[in-house]
Amino acid sequence: MALLEVKNLGISFGGLRAVDEFDVTIEQGQLYGLIGPNGAGKTTIFNLLTGVYQPTEGKIILDGKDITGKRTIDINKAGVARTFQNIRLFKELTVLDNVKVGLHNGHPYSTLEGILRLPRYYKVEKEMDERAMELLKVFDLDKEADYLASNLPYGKQRKLEIARALATEPKLLLLDEPAAGMNPNETNELMDTIKFVQKEFGMTILLIEHDMKLVGGICEKLTVLNFGQVLAQGNTKEVLNNPEVITAYLGE
Amino acid sequence: MSFLSYLINGISLGSVYAIIALGYSMVYGIAKMLNFAHGDVIMIGGFVVFTATSATGMNPLLAVLLSVVVCTVLGVVIEKVAYRPLRNASPLAVLITAIGVSYLLQNVALLMFGANPKSFTSVVKVPALNLVGGDLIISGETIVTIVSCLVIMAALSMFMKTKPGQAMLAVSEDKGAAQLMGVNVNATISLTFAIGSGLAAIAGVLLCSAYPSLTPYTGSMPGIKAFVAAVFGGIGSIPGALIGGLILGVIEILSKAYISSQLSDAIVFGVLIIVLLVKPTGILGKKISEKV
Repeated sequence: MALLEVKNLGISFGGLRAVDEFDVTIEQGQLYGLIGPNGAGKTTIFNLLTGVYQPTEGKIILDGKDITGKRTIDINKAGVARTFQNIRLFKELTVLDNVKVGLHNGHPYSTLEGILRLPRYYKVEKEMDERAMELLKVFDLDKEADYLASNLPYGKQRKLEIARALATEPKLLLLDEPAAGMNPNETNELMDTIKFVQKEFGMTILLIEHDMKLVGGICEKLTVLNFGQVLAQGNTKEVLNNPEVITAYLGE
Repeated sequence: MSFLSYLINGISLGSVYAIIALGYSMVYGIAKMLNFAHGDVIMIGGFVVFTATSATGMNPLLAVLLSVVVCTVLGVVIEKVAYRPLRNASPLAVLITAIGVSYLLQNVALLMFGANPKSFTSVVKVPALNLVGGDLIISGETIVTIVSCLVIMAALSMFMKTKPGQAMLAVSEDKGAAQLMGVNVNATISLTFAIGSGLAAIAGVLLCSAYPSLTPYTGSMPGIKAFVAAVFGGIGSIPGALIGGLILGVIEILSKAYISSQLSDAIVFGVLIIVLLVKPTGILGKKISEKV
């Protein structure tokens, strides 16, 4: 069974049809790409998948459960985590604390236990510290754990966003233009990181990207969006050679 | 000696301002709104203790506890009913609503308790401290106020290191991102109001114990001054609220003692204007730099 099944998804903002009849099926462990010209509705789809917007029609099924119209926080608990096109870290928190915020729901203790510093507080905080450090190590961020997030270089901030998203233990990871603003070297490194996350965590990943090198290099399947509608869908190679896609998006 | 005793009184009054300012500052930092009804929650806290002790003869300590509970619930309810529906409205609409809630609380109190000042019996049973052969007397109220302020500050800094505290910091920076990382934003904001209002109840009791006259408007001036203290120290900052409150209290008492008791408020607000001219974000406020 597919991990994510989206059927006939649509949303209108007033008279504007931002997304129309959007369908996609993503298998467990797949690395799936969503591409399209600016304003095609890609980020809107991410916002629909994460409950930031409520769809006007359609269904979103995650791992057999209907998550359509649920609240953002419940969707996160159900297993969807994301990063942002413009980085949205908690800049005044340390790198470690950023990841720990993502770990909160998986590691419970009561507020009272926290203020009174009962043994459980120390135990759970230690667990979270260790888990967070593990995650940071994966992304080669463990040496910067005590830095404020705002003091990290750009490429590392992008990585930290992925680490923070993974901390919520998602089934599906949404990456919104992870390579935006990166130089070719950083992009290469990022491609390795994304591949690594897919393999190491068995993660299903849906990513939006404009960098065709990255998309062609790592995505297994693609959906091309144009004016809110699906223009083409299928294996990466076929889609990128589709004449319609070339005219609409890549240019002749 | 008299200077020292004025200074101690200033620190005591400043401690009350600091406790109130915490509520303003935390709510501003996390919900990004000015809760002008905060001062009136102090007054409600005072009336709960007054009614409980004078009408039912309740043990003063129990009455304080009751007052904290009532104000905590009141704060959460105000947030839920008045402010939450306006979460995405313009800041101006929220501000006006807050002023409306403030007047509502004052007038409900006016209806229930009347306009006559009630004489509040101090709940503090700590004896006064006689120092330097009776030259320096520190009242029990002063001692309790300063100690309470220190305990609250310590507890709050402990709290900020826990998960709900960290969630508050995350929400204060980016509600949307926090929500997408599984932080319950509504619960976090409710908790902030609960803590702020609970502290307001304590501040109300301390204030009324030191200045034992209680009217429906008792909370409004200390509320405004605590707001000044919060801005003074850097609104949104917890240590800033403490520093702002203490400085404000000391300036007020010293100017009352040495300059003029009529002019003391003018001096307090004058100092605020000067501080804001020199450092617009307050003493410990964060520098806000916009990316261009």
